[in-house]
Amino acid sequence: MKQWKRFKESYFLYSFKHDRVAITSFVVLLILILISIFAPLIAPYNTYDTSSIDIMDAEIPPSWMEEGNPDFILGTDIQGRDLLSTMLFGMRLSVMIGCGAVFLQAIIGIFIGLISGYMGGRVDSFLMRIADVQLSFSTLMVAIMISAIFQVAFGVGRYEELAVPLLVLIIGLAEWPQYARTVRASVLGEKNKEYVEAARVIGLSSRRIRWRHILPNTMSPVLVISTIQVANAVMSEAALSFLGLGMPVTKPSLGSLINSGFEYIFSGSWWITLFPGILLVVFVLVINLLGDWLRDVLNPKLYKG
Amino acid sequence: MNHLLEVQDLEVKFALRMGDLTAINGVSFTLDRSERLGLVGESGAGKSVTGFAIINLISKPGYISGGRVIFEGRDLTKLTDEGMRHIRGNLISMIFQDPMMTLNPVLTIGTQMVETLQAHGGIPRKDAEEIALDKLRKVHIPSPEKRLRQYPHEFSGGMRQRIVIAIALLTDPALVIADEPTTALDVTIQAEIMDLLLELCESEGTGLILITHDLAVVSQVTQKIAVMYAGKIVETGRTEDIIDNPLHPYTRGLIHALPNGRNPGTRLYQIPGMMPSLINIPPGCSFHPRCTISGDICRYESPSLREIPGYRTMAACHMLGLQKEQTEKDTAS
Repeated sequence: MKQWKRFKESYFLYSFKHDRVAITSFVVLLILILISIFAPLIAPYNTYDTSSIDIMDAEIPPSWMEEGNPDFILGTDIQGRDLLSTMLFGMRLSVMIGCGAVFLQAIIGIFIGLISGYMGGRVDSFLMRIADVQLSFSTLMVAIMISAIFQVAFGVGRYEELAVPLLVLIIGLAEWPQYARTVRASVLGEKNKEYVEAARVIGLSSRRIRWRHILPNTMSPVLVISTIQVANAVMSEAALSFLGLGMPVTKPSLGSLINSGFEYIFSGSWWITLFPGILLVVFVLVINLLGDWLRDVLNPKLYKG
Repeated sequence: MNHLLEVQDLEVKFALRMGDLTAINGVSFTLDRSERLGLVGESGAGKSVTGFAIINLISKPGYISGGRVIFEGRDLTKLTDEGMRHIRGNLISMIFQDPMMTLNPVLTIGTQMVETLQAHGGIPRKDAEEIALDKLRKVHIPSPEKRLRQYPHEFSGGMRQRIVIAIALLTDPALVIADEPTTALDVTIQAEIMDLLLELCESEGTGLILITHDLAVVSQVTQKIAVMYAGKIVETGRTEDIIDNPLHPYTRGLIHALPNGRNPGTRLYQIPGMMPSLINIPPGCSFHPRCTISGDICRYESPSLREIPGYRTMAACHMLGLQKEQTEKDTAS
């Protein structure tokens, strides 16, 4: 209750209420996340249920067009699935993979960044060079390598069921240096402050100083990059799926949906690519706008031009 | 051998690219139980480094290159990190200059106090909170139960320093090292904090090393004074002896430089010149370029602390006792 009251009086909420872009983005994001969580309840059809799909319904245009069918509001894809439902399920997958990947990135990145910044010296150089090496591989290369290893290890057949954790692993491993660098930079700034010295004088162990005293003080930049990293992870997932390295067509994410429609765009079925594309753009855009706002709030010293 | 703390020939060096730089050069002093010592000197004299050296927390590239720090019979310079952690904050605690900086901004002061207690012996959370409340009451924080749940930014500067003192006294340490505890506060609060510190040290029987450049503060609080200049102690003795009758020309300069309100409108006295940089300490007595009574010997021979005939204090100066008449003339002018 007290926390709520504190929150209600905070600058954070005040600045949120006075920023229309932030409010709009937040509302849109909330709606998108809610509909992706409740997709199985909201969506008119269950697209994972193959028995309900009729191939004869394939490539029906949106309902407001001449050949449209009022049963399929946004039309159907080439396999006869309702496009709206597929998009909802697809976004659900995208959000899941995005958040999972960012979670993994954050765990690896914060741990390495904290150790690296606090220890300094050789440990620091070593860990940061590993981060540089990791960054010099593009996400795509990591994806190709890991999927190759994976397919040898588990066989192509199980790819479909394990695609989600696999993508989380790929994107998580490819992007952790972002976190490591951010955390390291703030740790370098914090570790020479007097409260750290005071904690040492009190006789706390250096592990406790790292996790309990320094880490919470580096959280605001981490929060900011987390929002942007979710958007990036969703984009990466879409890009991988578009290239056929991501989610299979039977369980399409937004990216694989765009990809599957891309082959038919010249035969007139533009809607299969366009609608998932718009949804992806809107989703990434609102996250980025919120991230920008968060950065401005958490770092008042930053000049807002 | 019954001293609480005995510092013997302590030497601290900083390893720099151009070679080692001696920040503390053979500092020795003793402190008994519930005794209060003032370490006085200009900025850069090595007061704070001495304080950190006692708890073996000199940050790189500095290191203790010689001497011993004997605390309750144990040599602290020889203890392992783990052993040292049980002494820091437990038996010896430290108070810093700026209370804005020494409290972690993202933790409530209750958390920070409980954490300190729990780091030294597994006290249950409830008991730890009781002790914290008790100490907050002792430093006169009103409604401590409420205050325990607040963050450092919700306190004023003076209150924050009182909390820092409460944290320092949490574990009932035998020795508190206060490094310029009142410099960041305004004058009225300064007096209040010093009174509080004095009162607590007296009632709990805690030893105190007060590091400051403010002779006025030292004269009210401590029983002994050690005056430091360029990494050495140049004069040491009982507080009243030194304040009433300073011997070393540096100490005399410091006391002379205090505004005394006797002749308003005149310029304050200033010791000529600057503290030498540690990179090139002058040969001989490091104070001689600024000294008003230096002679030939000062330029090549470094004086050591010795008893000055006719006085109860010890001073490191060649010229003392030789030219008593002339030094008295200097004081008068």
